[in-house]
Amino acid sequence: MDVLYFAWVRERIGLPKERIETEAATVADLVAELSAREDRYAAAFADLSALRVALDQELSDFDASLSGVREVAFFPPMTGG
Amino acid sequence: MRIAVQEEEFDLGAEANTFAAGDDANGAIVTFTGVVRDLASGDLDVMEIEHYPGMTERALTKIAEEAQQRWSLGDVLVIHRYGRLAPGDRIMMVATAARHRKDAFEAAEYLMDYLKSRAPFWKKEITTSGAEWVAAKDEDEDALTRW
Repeated sequence: MDVLYFAWVRERIGLPKERIETEAATVADLVAELSAREDRYAAAFADLSALRVALDQELSDFDASLSGVREVAFFPPMTGG
Repeated sequence: MRIAVQEEEFDLGAEANTFAAGDDANGAIVTFTGVVRDLASGDLDVMEIEHYPGMTERALTKIAEEAQQRWSLGDVLVIHRYGRLAPGDRIMMVATAARHRKDAFEAAEYLMDYLKSRAPFWKKEITTSGAEWVAAKDEDEDALTRW
């Protein structure tokens, strides 16, 4: 699946988008998998209350299933307007 | 309904005129414009706005459709810019047209409240002393509970 990062999450992880092959069942599982991979992920995902997640471009939450999902995006709370 | 997510400037007067000329049945037109505000310290050089192409348009359309369901509206316009903006630049505008002003005002406020915390935009302030992401405010999230 495609994993996208925005704003300071993108800066902390160091890339805007990557393709990840994963067996993770939920968003939280994917976060745990990425965090275990490298420190920069662990740093970005340290406080999940400061993060939002979208699945296939719809806001979702961390215990949501990744079944059938093609695009996951992580970002801080939005500041539009 | 028109939703535009764009890097280039928009002409507030021309947009408002075109929108207002839509339908004579609309007795009320409300427009709101957001402008890049300089910080208290007065040293803001650039406001950088990042967004999530694809999701942004979907989120704005969903918010506008929800407004149309809640209020009796003739039309809705949302324009939101991204990229590098300077103090005084216009960031975005919303316009609502309705038979009566109450619907137009309330729908415009609703659009603004939702657009602030449910549309995937992120602002970064670049000043002479560094760059910092603008943090979301609790009050912006709280504002949604009144709807």
